[in-house]
Amino acid sequence: MNSIAEIGHFALILAVGVALYQFAVPLMGAQRGDVAAMRAGISAALLQFVLIAISFAALTHAYVISDFSVLNVVENSHSAKPLLYRISGVWGNHEGSMLLWVLILALYGAAVAVFGGNLPLELRARVLAIQGSVGFAFLLFIVLASNPFIRVDPPPIEGNGLNPILQDPALAFHPPFLYAGYVGLSIAFAFAVAALIEGRVDAAWARWVRPWTLVAWMFLTVGIAMGSWWAYYELGWGGWWFWDPVENASFMPWLVATALIHSAIVVEKRNALKIWTVLLSILAFSLSLMGAFLVRSGVLTSVHAFAVDPQRGAFILMILCVFIGGSLSLFAWRAPQLKAGGLFAPVSREGSLVVNNLLLCVACLAVFVGTLYPLALETLTGEKISVGAPYFDLTFGPIILPLLLLVPFGAFLGWKRGDVGLALKRLWLALALALLVGVIVLALNVRGPWLAPVGMAIAAWLVFGAIADVAAKTGLFKAPLATSWQRLAGLPRSALGTAVAHAGLGILVAGVIAISLWRIEVIVALKPGETAAVGKYAVTFQGEGPLTGPNYTGRTGAFLLKQGDRELATLHSEKRIFKPSGMPTTEVGLYQTWHGDVYVVMGDETTGGARAMRMYYNPLVNFIWFGAAVMFLGGLLSISDRRYRVGAPRRAAGMQAAPAE
Amino acid sequence: MTRKQKRLSLILGGLAVLGLAAGLVLYALSGAITFFHTPSDLADTHVQVGQRIRLGGMVEQGSVTKGPGTVTSFAVTDTLKTVTVSYDGILPDLFREGQGVVTEGKMQPDGSFVADTVLAKHDENYMPRELAESLKAKGVTLGKIADEGTPQ
Repeated sequence: MNSIAEIGHFALILAVGVALYQFAVPLMGAQRGDVAAMRAGISAALLQFVLIAISFAALTHAYVISDFSVLNVVENSHSAKPLLYRISGVWGNHEGSMLLWVLILALYGAAVAVFGGNLPLELRARVLAIQGSVGFAFLLFIVLASNPFIRVDPPPIEGNGLNPILQDPALAFHPPFLYAGYVGLSIAFAFAVAALIEGRVDAAWARWVRPWTLVAWMFLTVGIAMGSWWAYYELGWGGWWFWDPVENASFMPWLVATALIHSAIVVEKRNALKIWTVLLSILAFSLSLMGAFLVRSGVLTSVHAFAVDPQRGAFILMILCVFIGGSLSLFAWRAPQLKAGGLFAPVSREGSLVVNNLLLCVACLAVFVGTLYPLALETLTGEKISVGAPYFDLTFGPIILPLLLLVPFGAFLGWKRGDVGLALKRLWLALALALLVGVIVLALNVRGPWLAPVGMAIAAWLVFGAIADVAAKTGLFKAPLATSWQRLAGLPRSALGTAVAHAGLGILVAGVIAISLWRIEVIVALKPGETAAVGKYAVTFQGEGPLTGPNYTGRTGAFLLKQGDRELATLHSEKRIFKPSGMPTTEVGLYQTWHGDVYVVMGDETTGGARAMRMYYNPLVNFIWFGAAVMFLGGLLSISDRRYRVGAPRRAAGMQAAPAE
Repeated sequence: MTRKQKRLSLILGGLAVLGLAAGLVLYALSGAITFFHTPSDLADTHVQVGQRIRLGGMVEQGSVTKGPGTVTSFAVTDTLKTVTVSYDGILPDLFREGQGVVTEGKMQPDGSFVADTVLAKHDENYMPRELAESLKAKGVTLGKIADEGTPQ
């Protein structure tokens, strides 16, 4: 027995006090114009981060050395687990994941404290105060209702282990990324609330909010993509998105954050849509809080619902009510005092960004209804229903399709007043190429529905539209190549980032359309030596043997993959039984190519010595994650833009900032 | 356009999209949702043959039969009534006799159930939350409600 866990525990309790200080003192200081009090927020934010980091390190230490005198380690770890999963086990449970949540929150707070040197002192003080209040609520929740440092006496010899399907590299890093996204939205929230208190929103404000939102959006994108990748190959169902309430809980903040990074541009460049942007900032974080509530309170049955504990659910619900209710009330009270912004014609860059926001928010609303309606109905009438993929296909699809169609247009419309004719003139080649893709798909597509050519044409339209955007800005084919190259190098990174992110969206759409419409599924009983055809591939079941891993045993089946006479690979699909819990899992045999995956799952034994097998050919499925990665890259380019760098956005300069074009 | 007209066009456009979306949502909610039933409340409610529902219960001990091919048949019970379910496909890892299961599919004219999706949850004490609650309402207690499960 050592006292490291106690050090972590004490640091955590100290952090509660520091968070309260960080909330109260700078806020009062900003109201009274007390510079010393305002500056106190900076050191408080740093101290809070250090304390929570100590606490988190202490818990990680307990996991790494398998200190089974800590209850949380007993319940969620096992000494036979590989080191990676002993570490990821820290956040693979309710208490530890909440600690990670506040750690990331404190990290963002510290980042504002350190990099916010160019913020007006009052704004920085208020932002840090709001951050402190969020941190205080969640730290209190951890200390009172989900403390990870509780000891057990006498300590057991062995722990219960981590849920085996969570023992996976992609999933080990999925929560930190996702949380970095969720919690990053708290910065936009804090800026919004601070602006409401100040009663001032201007271009400089948007220029500060946008990079933080962009960072959150990037992490959210990667986090969701990782979760989807995990679901694809670990669950063995061949699907990549299930419209599971927990997936939706992460998707809704993503949709609103996407709207927010677009509307913030309008505030920055045109000083318009200010009130709306403030509201979006509040909504984005509210949705991520609601996600935390849905996932953590156990109202949903899911792999993410670590523990059903009514007390915890009620506590999070209270936090939810205070922050969402409080910020929306503040909005209702103060928003009318924010000065309305500039004018613009409906057909303009601003107009197109309004449409973008409208469609994204309405799409989010459709997802919201589909996610919460079953809960509401059950509470009100006791009737139990499930809302699945058909609902979302029917609602989300028709809302998002027009948005995808409009994306390349928007980028070509000018600020203030756009010219559709001019935009079309610059886009005709992209449009023609997209239509060509549609026609080719229509010709080749024998069994798919009408959506196939339309969807592929839209995907191509997005990619070619993005290329046309860059081509127009660099004068490609009109000027000498060297000039174009120079212009490309001189192009604002944010303009390049926009084009890259939109192209990534197109790639993702292509993957989604392809796998939804052209997947080949084969379910067949095979004896060793028998072969099944999966599209143009032949899969031969070669037989099975025993399997022993570090913390599991099981059976492994070998499959020979052939295309014509060519042997491509030997795939292995495993059925694993994990030691501490006896829980079975399935490992998928996967053959990946750029144009699609062959996906083999070994099922149960059936009659006559055969096993049931499930096999898929998933066309273009990797485009989904590749597209998400490209979108992330677009965000990265955009954030590296000169005007977001430290020291660039001074408020005075921001007041007279002219549009870049 | 004047400022007022611009604002009006914006609001009207927004309302139109919102209205359209509301229509879509209502339409989808009336058609694309599935209701959850236990074997015993199948008789009380009027589930039509061919209507898509979720049927949940415990897999009866000794009722699982394999074949022909990849088809598996089993009986789903809530201790009061039992329904025979047949499913062509691969059962989830956590499917066991004597454990909770939720199946999705359609009732057949002969009173049996053909499932196209089978969801099983973990733990020998586990029972789908919906099932445990509806059994509790009928005065039957079976095991505890587990708090952990796996999707599908």
